[in-house]
Parts: sequence; C-alpha cells; structure tokens
Amino acid sequence: MTTVATTEAPPMRYPKLAQPWIALFLAILAELGIALFVLSVVSVPLIAVWVGIPLLLVVVPAARWFANCHRTILAGFLGERIPRPYKKPPMPGMLMRLRTILTDPQTWRDIIWLLVNAVLGFTLCLLSAVLFLATLFYLVYPLLVGVTPEGVFTEPFGGLLTVNFWTSFLLMPVALIAFLIWQAAGERLLKANAFLARSLLGPTESAKLAMRVRELAESRAETVDTQAAELRRIERDLHDGAQARLAALSMNLGMAEEMVARDPAQAAALLTEARESASTALSELRDLVRGIHPPVLADRGLDGAVKALAMSCPFKVDVTYDVPGRPPAPVESAAYFAVAECLANAVKYSAATTAWIQITHEDEKLHMIVGDDGIGGAVVRPGGGLYGIERRLAAFDGTLTVVSPSAGPTTVIMELPCESSSLKTTPSSGTA
Amino acid sequence: MRVLIAEDHALLRDGLIRLLEAHDFEVVEAVDNGPRLVPALVEHRPDVAVVDVRLPPTFTDEGLKAAIEARSQVPGLPILVLSQYVEQLYARELLTGGGGGVGYLLKDRVSNVAEFLDAVRRVAAGGTAMDPDVIGQLLARNTRDEPIGRLTPRESEVLGLMAEGRSNAAIASALFVTEKAVSKHTNNIFAKLDLPPSEDDNRRVIAVLTYLSSR
Repeated sequence: MTTVATTEAPPMRYPKLAQPWIALFLAILAELGIALFVLSVVSVPLIAVWVGIPLLLVVVPAARWFANCHRTILAGFLGERIPRPYKKPPMPGMLMRLRTILTDPQTWRDIIWLLVNAVLGFTLCLLSAVLFLATLFYLVYPLLVGVTPEGVFTEPFGGLLTVNFWTSFLLMPVALIAFLIWQAAGERLLKANAFLARSLLGPTESAKLAMRVRELAESRAETVDTQAAELRRIERDLHDGAQARLAALSMNLGMAEEMVARDPAQAAALLTEARESASTALSELRDLVRGIHPPVLADRGLDGAVKALAMSCPFKVDVTYDVPGRPPAPVESAAYFAVAECLANAVKYSAATTAWIQITHEDEKLHMIVGDDGIGGAVVRPGGGLYGIERRLAAFDGTLTVVSPSAGPTTVIMELPCESSSLKTTPSSGTA
Repeated sequence: MRVLIAEDHALLRDGLIRLLEAHDFEVVEAVDNGPRLVPALVEHRPDVAVVDVRLPPTFTDEGLKAAIEARSQVPGLPILVLSQYVEQLYARELLTGGGGGVGYLLKDRVSNVAEFLDAVRRVAAGGTAMDPDVIGQLLARNTRDEPIGRLTPRESEVLGLMAEGRSNAAIASALFVTEKAVSKHTNNIFAKLDLPPSEDDNRRVIAVLTYLSSR
C-alpha cells in the first residue's frame, strides 16, 4: 500500500463543459442567499420582541440547508469533503435549540458566508460563466446580427459603433480570446470560490477539536460498553462453567473420602468422575483464557500468534509479516482479535480453500489484510462480526474496509495507527 | 529411571515429584525457573525431563526454548513438555529438531496417571508423546486434495493414535481390534502417504508428524 505525497490539489469532479452552467447556477443561488442573509440579520434583534424566535428557528435551518447544499456542490470542486461543523443541542426542547443555534459560531460564520458569497462568490462564479458564454455569444454573433432586426445587435457598446452582417465577423477573435481566458482561468475562478467558501463553511480549528472530542467520546463510550459486556461474559462463563464443576468436584471428593473405607469400588467410581470433572473445568478455563488473551500472543507476539492462528485453520493460510519490533500490547491484542475474527468469518461463511494474511507497518500505521478465495458477499452490518471489528478498531482510530463482490474473493483491509516509536524491539521474538 | 522436573508452581511440582517417585522414578532435580533449566539438563542428563512451558522470569515459553536449547546441546535428550494449552506452533518447533524423545502434552493429561506415566516412559525410551488435541487439529485440516483425504475414517483414527506416539499394541487395545488389523491399517496408511514402512516406531511417527505439520 503506497501513498504518494500529493502536493497538487485533487482535480475537479465536474466535466469541463458542465462547469459554466454550474457556475451560473451558483451565481443565481448566491443572490438568492441575500434573502436568507437579510432574514437572519433581521431576526436576531427581533428576539427582543419574541417574533425573532420563530423566525430564527425557521431561517437558521433554511440557511444551514442552503449552506449544506453548497458544501456538497463545492466538495466536487475541491475534490474533498467539507465537514458540517454544527453543534448538536445537548437536550431536546425549543429553547435549548435556540440557545445552541445562537451560541454556535458556525451560525454566524454561515451568515457571513451568505454575504461574502453574494458579493465575491457571485463575482467569481459569474466571471467564470460569462467567459464561456461570451465565447458562445461571439461565435454566433454574425448569425444574431443577420436574423435580428436592425439596432438590436448591430449597435454594440451602447451604439458607439455600427456593424453589419459581414463586418460582424471581425468580432470572432473576441470569441477566441474569451475562450482562451476561460480555458486558463475558468476552473481556477471556481476553485477560488470554493476555497473561499471552505474557509467559512468548513470547521474552525476549535470546531475541529470539538468534533474530534465528540468522536473520541463516542468511541470511548463504546469501548467501555464492550469491556463491561466482556467482563459480564467472563463472569458468567466462570460462574456457570469452571466454578460449578469445581463445586461438583469437591462434593464428589468429599463423598469418596467418606466412602473409601465402606465401599472402595463406589469410591473409585466417584474419584474417576471427579477427575473427569476436573479435566472439563480445566479445558473450560483454557478456552476462557484464550478468549481473554491468547497465551501464544503473550509468548510470541503478533507474529507468532497469527502464524499459530493460520496453522489451526482448516485450510491453507499464507502469512506475510513485516513489522519491526512489537506493537504496544493493546494495539497488538486489537490487531490479533481483528485478524482472528476475519479468519473465523472466512472459515464459517466463505467456503474458501485458501486464505492469506499480510501484516505490514507503513506510514505510522499497522496494515492488516486478510483475503480468501471464497464466495464473497461479506458486508459490514450492525451486530455482525465485521461490525464488531470495526468498533474495536475505532477505539484506536483504526479503520476497516471490506471488498467482497458476490462471486468473491473477499479482502478485508484494516489499518491501526501505531507509531514507529512505540514499536518495541524485543531481543528474542524468534525461536531460540 | 532418573527424571528432572521443571515446574514453577510449588503444588504442581510437589505433586509431580510424588507421582513419579511413587512409580519408581528417581527425581534428580526439580527446577523452578528458566535460566537454571538448561544447565541442569546438561549437567544431570536425566533419562527424561518433564518441563512446564511457562517458567519464570518471563512466564512465556521459557520451558520450550530451554528444551530446544538443551536438545541442541545434547542431541536426543528426552524431554516431555507440559503446557496449560496446546499450540501447533510449539509442537512443530519441538519436532523440527528431528530425533525422538520428545513429548508435548496438556497439563490435564497428568490426571490420568496411567496414561501420563506411559507417555513419560515412551519419551524416555526415545519415542514421542503428542497430545491428542494437537493431532486432532492437524487431522481436522481441510484435506480435499491432500493424500490424507484418501484415508478411510478408520485409517485416520489409527494415524491419529500413531501420531500421538502409541505402539501398534496400544493402538490395537485402544480401538478394540487385533494387532494384525492395526499393522494392516498402518501399511495402508504408509502406502497412501508414500512413506516407506520402517521397523522403527519413532521414525514412523516423526515421518507422519513432519508430513502433517509441514503442510
């Protein structure tokens, strides 16, 4: 997975010939935005006489919708998404919403943008559109002069000079010049407008931080929930499994002790039963431990653990592992369980005959790719295994991408941030 | 028979010593940590060593590493590794050195005293003792286009027991068949796996295991 450093802005997503019409449309919208600007500005002082409150509750969402439409369109100009940095009301209720709207700096930045857009945005868009339209206009100019009554197109520039059908061909170079200018600058003008809009519609540094904090709070809440659920599961497994078996075991031993003199045969049978029950308890505990933290992961790190995983798989799994040192324990564990889950999915659903795992470290990230040659059709759906991995990785700011067409094969790409500086070099990660 | 024990858990260590001494083994030393293990093994050269995988100070796979290390210094030193869990990776590493006299068992197997002692004696005699869990995992692999796929269920059963390190007599009694039937199955297995039959019990097991684990 190579990432090329991109210094150039990504290309515009709209075809060249569609740009003038979009520009024209945006220019018209920019002027309509004036209405929203005026209404917003007026409604704030009107809060004092209560009329402003309902007005604001209507105008602000309308302005936001308007701005959001622009965010979507302009995202195509910039080749990147413009986030919607609005605050969410912490509690339901009309006044709370009003309070949130008024205290959200983005509300005011939107209003400023409406004004800026109506002046600068309008100019930039119109200029870009007009350059193209001028080209068209001067291309058909002789025709216009020919078909329209005298005086409509024959006396341009306010009647300063007069042209007839033949001399109007002399204006054709204007079309060429306009076209060349449009060719060179048309797209840039639109991009300039988009950059201008982004600086006002995009999040400020503090809004970015606030959004990040919100994201982190959400992923933390989820992690805490998952941990709690995991603890409950462990408690239940211990209580219903090993603990109950050990209780039965000690009971059997007690009975055998009491019976050993009276009925040695019966005592021996009880002892056999006790031993079997101890074995079962041990194997249950073993499974439980493996589910919490696989011992081989502790012993050999991710490398060994993934190889061991591949070996216990019912089909052939090729493992490529290229990570210098050992990632921090939590990252390692998350990576292991993610790979294990992917492989378990492949075993359960894919009908694959071979699979491969590739783990590398690049760009301060752990890249894990799990592929199989199965039937495909794997999707991330809430409650599903892949969703579980996604949530688990999200706690570390990791991502999961699934490529799984319905005829297969399936490839799961996972990334976990892991700085090189945190990779620990262990003296003996290989075989002694 | 002289035996060396490496186990950090005092209760288990005492239990093992008691168990082995009750069955006429002489415990030459009981080690409770990793660093002491290799020198102890090299110094005493026991008839067999019973070694726990996890030992201080790292509590990871010290015992296993020590076993491999000691066997590289003293080839064929019989070592039976005990572990709380079985991992094919470790089984393969133990076997890669070649030669007999190795075993890898779950700790719970100790509770079946007769079977455990049988395994210890087998390893001491230069045979192998592999945990049924390891063998089960190996045999459960997808065998669609592997020679193993051509085995009948009975033959896989025999192969499993054989891979654990059992003799034909032991397999016969475990499956309630005659020894002659077992040797017939064994020959079929060798034929199907393209392994030349050999009189050497140990070599046949190693051949099978190596074949299984190298896939």
